[in-house]
Amino acid sequence: MSQGVQVAGVYVRDQDEALAFYVDKLGFGVHTDVRNGDFRWLTVQYPDQPLFQLGLFVPGPPVHDPATAQALNALLAKGAMPSLVLEVDDCRAAFERMRAKGVEFTQAPVSRYGTVDAGFRDPSGNGWKMIQARG
Amino acid sequence: MTGLPASQDPARLRRLLRAKDRIDAASHEDWPVARLAEVSHVSEAHFARSFKEAFGLPPHRYLLTRRIERATALLRETELSITDIAFQTGWRSLGTFGRIFRDITGESPGALRTRARAAATSLASVPACIVSAAHRPDLRTAVLEKRRRAADGTNGTPSTKEVP
Repeated sequence: MSQGVQVAGVYVRDQDEALAFYVDKLGFGVHTDVRNGDFRWLTVQYPDQPLFQLGLFVPGPPVHDPATAQALNALLAKGAMPSLVLEVDDCRAAFERMRAKGVEFTQAPVSRYGTVDAGFRDPSGNGWKMIQARG
Repeated sequence: MTGLPASQDPARLRRLLRAKDRIDAASHEDWPVARLAEVSHVSEAHFARSFKEAFGLPPHRYLLTRRIERATALLRETELSITDIAFQTGWRSLGTFGRIFRDITGESPGALRTRARAAATSLASVPACIVSAAHRPDLRTAVLEKRRRAADGTNGTPSTKEVP
């Protein structure tokens, strides 16, 4: 038995698009993908991190009324959602690999504070920092 | 998205975010409206207003703010001259840099650097064991000096050889 965060989610504008991005371009795998009417519970998981799932959720019914969903979609598109951090073994190699797949980088790798970091966005506008693990 | 005002259209906002990201990535470059509008696929005529509606300030002012932020970091963290920092952060004139820097931060680049350095040399940033080691010899010398002077009743300059 282990305790801790099991799922944390990000809003995305389109779950099919997000799934393709996180799986095909970032290397996540699908953990759960179930539908109930319009609702779709979709989580992905990093292969090295089996105890954590990243939820990919769309603002909208049945959780949100149309005005709330619209507000969330606008905030998401403006990049106003909280920061996300992906830790990698080799930031520059990951940058080259992901850029070749068409990931939208907002910052090329920079060496600082004793490590290397880069920045990218998912198609919806969520901003990620990609930080190299300290040896 | 039918029935939505253009300012709330997520697809358009996402493209405006791309222009903001490009400014963030290269704030030292020139960002005329035509260039930003092209990044966002928004007409030049509408770009500045759309950007302001989305992010709360016009693109030109956002660019200046980012440049000043970067200049502030360079003033604090590097030994580059103020002239070098002005040119590296995108200004063509030292005078303009100084004036806008003061407008935004309330102090001159030189004053900010002096204040940042004074703060950086405070002992708070030095590991505690180093601070105590640095203080120890001075304290001991002063105490011994006081004792020696008290013992022989002189105020003469002591020889360091007398210190045990």
